[in-house]
Amino acid sequence: MFAVATVAVIVAMALVLARAILGPTLYDRVLAVNSFGTKTVLLLGLTGFLTGRPDFLDIALLYALLNFVATIAILKFFRYEALAPVMTGDVPETRAEDTRHD
Amino acid sequence: MAEPVILPFEEQLSSTVLLDLSLLTLLVICGLAMVRMRRLFGVAMLSGIYSLLSAAFFVSLDAVDVAFTEAAVGAGVSTVLVLSGMALTSRRETPVTRQRKFLPLFIVGIVGAALVYATIDMPAFGDPNAPANAYVGQAYIERSPEDIDVPNIVTAVLASYRGYDTLGETLVVFTAGLACMLLLGAGSIRGGRKVNDPQPPEAIEREERGDGDETVLSDGPR
Repeated sequence: MFAVATVAVIVAMALVLARAILGPTLYDRVLAVNSFGTKTVLLLGLTGFLTGRPDFLDIALLYALLNFVATIAILKFFRYEALAPVMTGDVPETRAEDTRHD
Repeated sequence: MAEPVILPFEEQLSSTVLLDLSLLTLLVICGLAMVRMRRLFGVAMLSGIYSLLSAAFFVSLDAVDVAFTEAAVGAGVSTVLVLSGMALTSRRETPVTRQRKFLPLFIVGIVGAALVYATIDMPAFGDPNAPANAYVGQAYIERSPEDIDVPNIVTAVLASYRGYDTLGETLVVFTAGLACMLLLGAGSIRGGRKVNDPQPPEAIEREERGDGDETVLSDGPR
């Protein structure tokens, strides 16, 4: 059962990779990276159970957290063209306060 | 010390060999697409995917710590670094002439062949008679419960057997981070520029000159 699920996740990874390569818009690619991270988490969990050692499940959880942070960083880059909204002077003050501490 | 241990190699590998093969195939596809692609944003996204794939591959090779470093640095930090570097340059890669393509391909081919040649000498994956598993590793496994009394052997090795080594590494990394902060200036933490700065070019020039002076100043004491 775990083997079938692993094969399914691999196929899904291939499909997501195809979308990341072909994807016409930038947002397709961002979404592809995000869902590829999710597939990696699933694959780690599945291979842990497949090889009879589900000890790596906590590492898969950490991957999920990392994936979230990376996607947030990429989207923030989109919004501000930088990681801190400092390039233009017309950014609202509150938003600048929000992101200054990063 | 190195007594021959017979492990069921075929049985262990057969379930994961297909997984490794498919991950490596995806890695090759991803790398070729990165080479072919001209839009730098797509290349940055694909490099994130490449890091995630190689992290999954490292986990499948039982190198969990390497995999975690790869995922954190490759998929997280370096994607963001590549994106912020892309903000300073153009969005598309300019095509390269055929003559300039040849020398890098030649060098990469030579280096790749050398690396493949180096793997011929290596013991088989998971070989219990390999030097890494036979001598010191065996001693760590046998003695660390009495010596250190820590259930995790890696922790015992890192924090006790090689404690000074780990302390030195931490010191080096800390010093490097400190030096980077000194070189880049405290303003780089905030993003380098004040939020309400106007955008006239002379202000930017003045600020760039200011940054240069700061770099020189902080370079002296170091």
